[in-house]
Amino acid sequence: MGIKWDEFFITGDPLILGSQIAILLTMIGAVAGITYLKKWKYLWTEWLTTVDHKKIGIMYIISAVLMFFRGGMDGLLMKAQTARPEMEFLNSQHYNEIFTTHGVIMILFMAMPFLIGLMNVVIPLQIGARDVAFPQLNALSFWLFFSGAMLFNISFVIGGSPDAGWTSYFPLAGKEFSPGIGNNFYAVALQIAGIGTLMTGINFIVTILKMRTKGMTLMKMPMFTWTTFVTSILIVAAFPIFTVALALMTFDRLYGTHFFTVSGGGMDMLWANLFWLWGHPEVYIVALPAFGIFSEVIATFSRKSLFGYKSMVFSILGIALLSMVVWVHHFYTMGSGPAVNSFFSITTMAIAIPTGVKMFNWLFTMRKGRIKITSAMLWALAFVPCFVIGGVTGVMLAMGAADYQYHNTLFLVAHFHYVLIPGVVFAVFAGLYYWWPKMFGFMLNEKIGKWHFWLFVIGFNVTFMPMFFLGLNGAVRRAYTYSAESGFAPLFMLSAIGSIVLAAGFAVFCYNIYWSIRYADRNISSDPWDARTLEWSTASPVQFYNFAKLPEVKSLDPFWHMKKKNEGLTLHDSEIEEIHMPSNSWVPIYMGVIFGIAGFFLVFEWHIAAAVAGIGIFAGLIIRSFDYNEGFHVKKDEIHRIENAWRKTEGEVHDHVS
Amino acid sequence: MKKMLLSLTAILPMLILSGCNMVVFEPQGPVARSITELINWSLIWMLLVVVVVFGLFGYIVWKYREKPENKDYEPPEEHGSTLLEIIWTGIPILIVIALTIPTVKTLYALEEAPKGYEEKEPITIHVTSADWKWIFSYPEEGIETVNYVNIPEDRPVLFKMTSASTMQSFWVPALGGQKYTMPKMETELYLVADNPGSYEGQNTNFNGRGYADMKFEVLAQTQEDFDQWVDDVKDTAPKLTEDEYEGLLKPTHLGRLTYSNTHLEWVNHADPNSKAYTNPELYRGHGYQGKTFEEDDNYKNENPNVIEGHGEEESHDSQENHGGDHHGH
Repeated sequence: MGIKWDEFFITGDPLILGSQIAILLTMIGAVAGITYLKKWKYLWTEWLTTVDHKKIGIMYIISAVLMFFRGGMDGLLMKAQTARPEMEFLNSQHYNEIFTTHGVIMILFMAMPFLIGLMNVVIPLQIGARDVAFPQLNALSFWLFFSGAMLFNISFVIGGSPDAGWTSYFPLAGKEFSPGIGNNFYAVALQIAGIGTLMTGINFIVTILKMRTKGMTLMKMPMFTWTTFVTSILIVAAFPIFTVALALMTFDRLYGTHFFTVSGGGMDMLWANLFWLWGHPEVYIVALPAFGIFSEVIATFSRKSLFGYKSMVFSILGIALLSMVVWVHHFYTMGSGPAVNSFFSITTMAIAIPTGVKMFNWLFTMRKGRIKITSAMLWALAFVPCFVIGGVTGVMLAMGAADYQYHNTLFLVAHFHYVLIPGVVFAVFAGLYYWWPKMFGFMLNEKIGKWHFWLFVIGFNVTFMPMFFLGLNGAVRRAYTYSAESGFAPLFMLSAIGSIVLAAGFAVFCYNIYWSIRYADRNISSDPWDARTLEWSTASPVQFYNFAKLPEVKSLDPFWHMKKKNEGLTLHDSEIEEIHMPSNSWVPIYMGVIFGIAGFFLVFEWHIAAAVAGIGIFAGLIIRSFDYNEGFHVKKDEIHRIENAWRKTEGEVHDHVS
Repeated sequence: MKKMLLSLTAILPMLILSGCNMVVFEPQGPVARSITELINWSLIWMLLVVVVVFGLFGYIVWKYREKPENKDYEPPEEHGSTLLEIIWTGIPILIVIALTIPTVKTLYALEEAPKGYEEKEPITIHVTSADWKWIFSYPEEGIETVNYVNIPEDRPVLFKMTSASTMQSFWVPALGGQKYTMPKMETELYLVADNPGSYEGQNTNFNGRGYADMKFEVLAQTQEDFDQWVDDVKDTAPKLTEDEYEGLLKPTHLGRLTYSNTHLEWVNHADPNSKAYTNPELYRGHGYQGKTFEEDDNYKNENPNVIEGHGEEESHDSQENHGGDHHGH
C-alpha cells in the first residue's frame, strides 16, 4: 500500500507536539486509573454496552462537553492569533485548520450531541415511556457519532486536519487544491457521525409517535417533545442530502470523479447548494430543541403554563418548513440573478415572523408569573436580548442586496455566533442546570452557576459585539492576519479579551461539575423546581425502568395538575406489574469501533485495508440479525424495593427552591 | 441582567454613531450608496424591534420577578390571547414587507448600470482571480494588470469575472457589494466611482494559505489621467507570454504587474471548455499526502483537440477587438 510513515504523525509544531504528549499521557492515565480502580467491568456493563436512554444521553453530554473544550481551544487560538495585527503566533495553514475544526466540532460534535443527549435523557420521561422505540439503535447512534467525532479529532495529530472551512467549499476542498488527506477526514468522519444522527432522527420520530403514555395526545405534548419531534423530522429530511454530498465528495477525493472539480465538467456550485440544503435546516435542527428547552425552563420558573401553546406549535412547524427553502441566502453573491435572490430574501425574512411569535409568547409566559431567577432561568432570560440581536442582524443579512456588503465578513460571523450561542449554548446550559438533578440526584451549585453565567454571558458579548463593527468596516472572516493600517486592532483586541472571559466562564462551569459531584447535597426532592412535566414525577436519579406505573395524562403540564389535584402521585402495591426491558448489547460499540477503523483506513486511502474492515461491518450486521435476545423482566419484588426506597424519603428531603 | 441590558443599550447607539467611519457606511459611488441606503432603512426598523422587545423584556422581568413580598402569589392559569397573538404576527409581517420592497428593487437595480449612468458608455474589464492574486484585463485597451485596477471616475465599469482556480469573491466595499468569481463561469458586476481616489478591494471567500493577503487596489482617475495611463502602459509595459502566464497562475503572492496585452488571447477561464490550469503538486503541504489525479483537460496535456475546440469556443463570445490577434496555441 506504500504507507508513508514519515508523513503519518504531524511534526514540527510545538503546540501539536504538546497535544500529542498530552493525549498520550491522558490515555495512559485513564487506562491505568480504570485498571487500578478495577472499573473495567463496571464500565463495560453499565455504560459501554448500555441501551438505557438516560445513560446514552449522559454519554452524549460528556462527549459534548469534551468537544466543547476542544472547539473552544480552537476558538481561543484564533482569538489569540488575531489579537494584534500581523501576529506570528500561528501560520496561515495552522489557522485555516483551526477555524475549520472549530466550526465542524462546535456544530456537529458539540451542539448536536449536547442537544441529542438532553433529548435522550428527557424525551422518554416527558412522554411517559420506559425507553426509546429502538434502544439498541439508539446505542448504535451514539457509538457512530462518537466514532466519527474521534476520527475527526485525531486528524490534528495524525495525518493533518481538514483546512477548507467547515463549509468545505469546492473546488478548494478537492484534490486539485487540497491534495493532503486532511479533507478526507471531513468527508469520512462526518459521514460516520451523520449516519448515527440520521438513526437518532428516525428513532425519535417513532418514539414520539408510538410511545406516548395514555392520554397524551399530540397537542398535550410538552414543548420540548414537540421541538424534538419536529427536529427529528428535519433530521430525516436534511441529513440524507449531506450523506449524498459527502459520498460524492469522497468519490471526488478518493477515486477521481468530477462532481465538484474544476476539471472534467465538475460543478463547484453544486456542492454549495447541497451543503446548504442540509446546512440551513441543520441550523434549525440545533435551534428548535433549544427553543423547546427554553419553553420548559421559562414555564417552570414563571410558575405558569406556556403562553400561546398552539401558536408555539404552529410556529415550530412554520420555521421547520421555511428552513428547507432558504438555503440560497448563504450565497446570494453567487450571481443567481435578482429573481432567485428576491425569492430567498423573502423566505428568509419570513422566518423572523414565527420566531417573533415565539419570542413574544415567552415574554408573555413570564408576564403575571412569579419569576424565580435560578441559574437555569438566568440562561433563558439572557437568551431573549442576545437572541434578538442575532435575529435582527439575521433579518439584515437576509436582505439579498444588503448582504452583498455583509457576506463573508465578520458581521456575518458575529451574527451567527449571536444566534448559535444564545440559541443553543445558553439552552444546553439552561437544560443542564434544569435536568441535572433528574439525571444524577443532586443539583449543580447555584452560586457557582451564577458565576458561570455572568462570566460566560459578559464574555460572549464582549467577544462577538465588536465583530459586527469590524465586519462593517471591511474585516473578512477566516483571514489569519490583518495589517496595522487597517485600523482593526483595538476591536480585535477587545474581542480577544472577551474570549478569555468567555473561557473563564466555561472553566467555572467545569469547576461547578467537579464541586457538585464532590460536595452537593444528595438528599434532594425528585421535583426540586416544582416543575410541570412528567419527568419530575419519578425518582431522581431515574430508576432504570423510568416509571413503575405508566402515568396517565389529562391535560397540558400533567405533573403540575397531578400535584394540584393530588392524584396519581402514589403507588399501590396492587398496581405493580412486571416490566419488560431490553438487554444490553455489545454490538453497537463494536460497530462504532469497526466503523472508526474502516473510516481511518479510508481516510488514508488504504483501500484494501478499508475493504477488510468493511467486512467487519457486515459481520456486525449479520450478528445483529441473528440476535434473538428478547430482553428481560423486572420482578415485582425489585420494583417494590426500588419504589419504596425513593418514595419513603420524599417527604423529608431538603427542598431547595420552592 | 440589568448590567447586560445597560451595556447592550449603550452599544447600540454606538453602532449608529460610529457608523460614520465604517467603510460600508461611507459609500464612494452610486452602487455602494444604494446598498447603504437599504442598510440604513433596515437599521431603523431593526432598532425599533430591539427597543420594543428589550423594553418589554426589562419591564416584565423586573415587575414579575420573585420577591419576598410575593412569595404567596400564585400566577393565574393563562393559555394565550388570540388578539395579542394576531398583533405580534401581523406587525412583523408588515415590517418584513417594508423591508422586502426596497430589497427587491435594489436587487434588480444592482444588475444594471446604476441610475443616471445608463447613457454613459461602460468600460469592460475582465477580472480573473487566481491563487492568490487578481488579474485585470482591459480587452478594449489591450492591457493587463495584476493586483491593481485603474478605472475612470464617474463612468460605469462592467467587471466580467471568472476564476482560474477556486471560488473567490470580488469585493470593493467602498464602491459596491461583492460577487463570486468561479472557474468556467462568468459573473458580472457594475461599479462606479464618484471621485478620483484609491479604494481597497479584496477576496472574501476563503481559498487556502494565501487568502488573507489577496487584496488589490482600485484607483479611480479622471478620464484624462486614465487615458494617459493606458497610453503609457501600451508604450512601456512588456508583453505577457503564455509561459509567463502559467507562472503567474501558480499559487504565489505577487506584487503589481503590468502588461501591454491580455491573456484573453489564449485563454478565457470563463469559457466552460477552457483548459484547467490546476496543478495539485503545487499545493502539497504538511501532513499525509493523498493520491492526485491526471485530468484530461489540464493545460499540461498536449491534446490538440481540446485546445483547438477551445479556440473556436472563445471566438464567438469575444466581440471585443482582440479577435484580430487571436490564435490557437
